[in-house]
Amino acid sequence: MKDKKFISYLFEVAWILPSVAIPVSMLVAILITAFAVGVRVPTTAGRVSVSAVAAGADSTFSQTGLREIAPGRYEAIITAQTFMFTPSKIEIPAGSKVTFILTSKDVIHGFRIEGAPINVMVIPGQVSRVTATFDKPGEYLFVCHEYCGAGHHVMHGTIIVN
Amino acid sequence: MASIAARARPAVISTDLSVERKLAGINIFIAFAALAVGGLMGVLQILRYNGLDLYTPSKPLLPGGYYQGLTIHGVLNVLVFTTFYIIGFLTYIFTKSLNRPMASSRLAWATLWVMVTGLVLAAIPLLTNNATVMFTFYPPLKADTLFYLGLTLVVAGTWLLLVNMILTRNAWLADNPGQRTPLPAFMAIVTMLMWTISTIGVASEMIFLVIPWSLGLVGGTDPVLARTLFWFTGHPIVYFWLLPVYISWYTLVPEQAGGKLFSDPMARVSFILFLILSLPIGMHHQVTDPGISEMWKLVHAIFTFGVFFPSLLTFFNVVASLEYAGRRNGGEGWLAWIFNLPWGKPEISAQIAAMMLFAFGGISGLVNASYNVNLVVHNTSWISGHFHLTVGTAVALSFMGITYWLVPHLTGRKLWSRGLAVAQPWLWFVGMGLFSHFMHELGLRGMPRRTDIGGAPYLQDEWRFFLFFAMIGGLIMFVSAIFYYLNMIMTLTRGEKLAEVPDFTFAKALSGPEDAPKILDRLTVWVVVAAIILIINYVPTILDLLSTATFDVPGRRVW
Repeated sequence: MKDKKFISYLFEVAWILPSVAIPVSMLVAILITAFAVGVRVPTTAGRVSVSAVAAGADSTFSQTGLREIAPGRYEAIITAQTFMFTPSKIEIPAGSKVTFILTSKDVIHGFRIEGAPINVMVIPGQVSRVTATFDKPGEYLFVCHEYCGAGHHVMHGTIIVN
Repeated sequence: MASIAARARPAVISTDLSVERKLAGINIFIAFAALAVGGLMGVLQILRYNGLDLYTPSKPLLPGGYYQGLTIHGVLNVLVFTTFYIIGFLTYIFTKSLNRPMASSRLAWATLWVMVTGLVLAAIPLLTNNATVMFTFYPPLKADTLFYLGLTLVVAGTWLLLVNMILTRNAWLADNPGQRTPLPAFMAIVTMLMWTISTIGVASEMIFLVIPWSLGLVGGTDPVLARTLFWFTGHPIVYFWLLPVYISWYTLVPEQAGGKLFSDPMARVSFILFLILSLPIGMHHQVTDPGISEMWKLVHAIFTFGVFFPSLLTFFNVVASLEYAGRRNGGEGWLAWIFNLPWGKPEISAQIAAMMLFAFGGISGLVNASYNVNLVVHNTSWISGHFHLTVGTAVALSFMGITYWLVPHLTGRKLWSRGLAVAQPWLWFVGMGLFSHFMHELGLRGMPRRTDIGGAPYLQDEWRFFLFFAMIGGLIMFVSAIFYYLNMIMTLTRGEKLAEVPDFTFAKALSGPEDAPKILDRLTVWVVVAAIILIINYVPTILDLLSTATFDVPGRRVW
C-alpha cells in the first residue's frame, strides 16, 4: 500500500515538473529572442489626429512614400484607408533597413508583410511604427489583415527588393 | 406524491427541479438553433474560398454576402450558441448537484427573458446587413444601435444567473453547515464568477463608449481603448466556454465511463487557478496593437503561460480518471486500457474525441500567446484554425456529446439513432482535424483571416492546394452536423417515450473533497485575489489610454 502511494506520488511529480518546465523554458526562449536577438513587438508610437490625417494636414502623413534617411536606411510613410494602402508599391535595394510608419484615415486596418517579421495593426488616431531589414531580393506581398469593410480582400501591396 | 408532501412542510427543502429542467431545455434548444444557422454560413465560406460562390444566389437572404455571413457565423457560434448553452447547462447542473431548485425561480426565468430579448434585438440588424462588423465589432466600424443593445442585454442576463447561484449556495450552506460545496456546484459558481468579473470590460465598452457613440450622443470614439476593453472580456470568454466543458469532463464523464474522478482537491485547485489566471491576460490579443506598451504585452503573455498550469492539471486529472475507468472495465497495460472505455456511448466518444483535438488547440494557443512569435500568426488563418479546435471542437463537440444523454434525460425520449450518434463525433473529429490543420498551414503561408479569399486579387497559387483540403474537412463536418441535427430532431419528434426518465449521478472521487483545504471553498478570498491581479495588469494601460484619448474618431459604415 505504501509502495502504491509512493508510485502515484512519483507519477504526480513526473507530471507537474514538465508542466512547470515547459512554459518556463518557452518563456526563456521568448525573452532571448526578444531582448538578445531583438525580435520585438509593436509598441506605443504616439497619437495623431484622424481628421488632420484625412484632410492631408498632418505633418508626417501628408507626404506618404519612401524616403532615405541615411545610406541603406529608409522610412516608409504609409496611410491605410478603405480599401487601399498609399503607397501600395515600394521599391528598395537589397540590404535596406526600412522603418514603416503607418496610420489609418478611417477604420482599423492591418499590415502584415509575408516573409518579413512585420505584423501590426493600423488604427485611426494611432501611429504604428515597425522596422525590418530586407536582405533577399524579390517581391514581398503585404496585405490588410483586419476586416475593414466590403472591399477588405482587395487591400494589398508589394515591396520590391532589388 | 412525495413532492406534494415536501411542499406541505416548509422545513423540508424542495428538490423539485422542473423549472431548471425547462430552462435547460429551452436554452439548449436556442443554442443549437443558432449553431445551425451559424454553421451553415461556414459551409458557404469554405466553398467560396475554393471559387464556388453561393452568395450570389442567396443575395435576397444575405445581402451582405461573405462578410455578413461571416459576422453571422461568428456572432451565432461563439456568442449565442455558447452563452445560451452554458446558461442552460449550468443552471441545471448547479441545482442538480445541490439537489435543490434555484433560490428564485422568477429570477431564473428573468435570466432567460433578458437574454432572449437581447438576442432578438441583436438579430434584427445582424440579419438585415446593418451590423456587418464581425463578432468583435471593433469601432469605428459602426453597426445599428440595436446590435450593441442586444448583445449587452445577453451579457446582462448572464449576471442574473450568478446572483441566483449566490443566493442558492448561501441558502444551501445555511442548511448544510460545515459541508463542502459539491464539486459540480462549486465549479459552476466559479465559472460564473470568473465570467461576470471579466464582463466588466465589454460592459464598460458598450455602456460608456459604443452605445452613446452609436446613438450620436458623442461624435467620436477611441478605437484602442475600445479594443482593450473588448479583449478584457474577450480572452476570459474562452474560459467561460471551456469551464462548463471541464465540469462535464471532471464530474460526469468519469461516471459515464464507468469510473471515478481521480482527485476532487486537484479539480478545485485548478478551477481556483482558472478564476485567478483567466482574467489578466487579454492583451495577448493585442500584441500587434500600437498604443499599448511592450512591457504589458509581455506581462500578459507570461500570465497566459500561467493558465497552461491548471490546463495541464485538468489534462492529468481527467485522463487519470479515464484510465481508472478503463482498468475497472478490465483494461490492462500502459495504454491498452483505452480500448476498455465504453466507446459505444456517444457521450463518451464525442467528449474523448473533443479532448484529443483540444490538445492540439492548446498547443497552437500557446504559440499565439508567445509574445513575438505572435507576429508570425496574428490575424492569419492560423488563428481560425486554432479556435476551431478549441471552441469549435473541445467546446462544440463536447456540448453535442452532452446532449446525447441530457436530451433523453430532459425529455424522457429515447435517442432516435444510437448508430448515427456514435458515428457523428468521429466525422467531426476527422473533418475538423483536416480543416483546422490546413487553416494553420495557410496561416503560416500568410493567408489573412476574415478575408473573402475567393475574391482576393493576391490569392497565392500555393494556397489553393491547402484550401481544397480545408474544404474537404469542412464538408465532412457538414455531414457530421446533418447526422447530429437529424438525430436530435427525430428524437424530439419521434423518439420513443421511455417508461422511466433516465436519471444521472455525478462521478464520485477517488480522493474526495475532505482532502481539499477548506480555504478553496471560500470564494470571496479568491475573488479578491483575482481582482487585485486584474487591477495590476490592466489599470496602468487603461489609465494611460484614457489620459491620451481624444475620442474624435467618427464611426463608419463600410459594408
